[in-house]
Amino acid sequence: MIVPFGHVLLLAGVLFLLGLFCAVARRNLIMMVLGVEIMLNAASIVFVAAALHWKQLEGQVFVLFILAVAATEVSVGLAMIVYAYRRTGSFDPGAYNLLQ
Amino acid sequence: MTFYAFIFYVVAALIIATTALAITRRNLVHAVVYLIFSFLGSAMLFYLFGAPLLAALEVIIYAGAIMVLFLMIIMMVKVESPAERMYPLSQWLPAAGFGLIYLTVGALMVFATPGSEIPLEMALATPKEFALYVFRRHWLSIEVVSLLLLVALIGAFHLGKRKGGNEAEDEV
Repeated sequence: MIVPFGHVLLLAGVLFLLGLFCAVARRNLIMMVLGVEIMLNAASIVFVAAALHWKQLEGQVFVLFILAVAATEVSVGLAMIVYAYRRTGSFDPGAYNLLQ
Repeated sequence: MTFYAFIFYVVAALIIATTALAITRRNLVHAVVYLIFSFLGSAMLFYLFGAPLLAALEVIIYAGAIMVLFLMIIMMVKVESPAERMYPLSQWLPAAGFGLIYLTVGALMVFATPGSEIPLEMALATPKEFALYVFRRHWLSIEVVSLLLLVALIGAFHLGKRKGGNEAEDEV
């Protein structure tokens, strides 16, 4: 007997909110990607807990795919950030105003 | 409250505290190191929920590979951390208000749903069972994911390649 499923959902909701805050409020591209990682992690916590709640392994399988997608997203995202840094010399998303 | 529930609440508090510390740090290295602790806590939760293989993968991939990648990028480039500025308070307050509404509605919804107050039973999916399940039912998705990783490899290689010419390369 662990805790009710609702408490896990609440924990993941708070974690998702923190990640969303990080992705929206920080003005640094690296911190924004970190925020997306936190949100993906919150989603995987819910998937594992749901797999336990309904006694289905599908949730755990999905977490495997979330791990792969997170690794992909981080590698391509960081490569794009380094590329943008080479062109503009800044991590501030407000600095990318070439079209103004 | 059982022992497992106690472990869950301690780990949950640890995860939320370290994540909150991570997203408010100015220094990016500190943020990444705090986030490693958050992911280690998530791995403990996975183990508690009966997924030992996923717990190991979380430590290896999330806390290991991804965070090391972040650290390498941070070390590779000069980061002007004191220059970063937060949004003004007038933009802050609506965001905080909406976040509070989201949390309240979410908590109400979670506790109003029938069946969500039943405690979770302990169960364990051994790595063998999990692997058999994955490769019997979802082998095509595994192939698609491997293709996705290949595409990411090629994309990251292409983006990271230095083009000779007039770009500001000596800054990096």
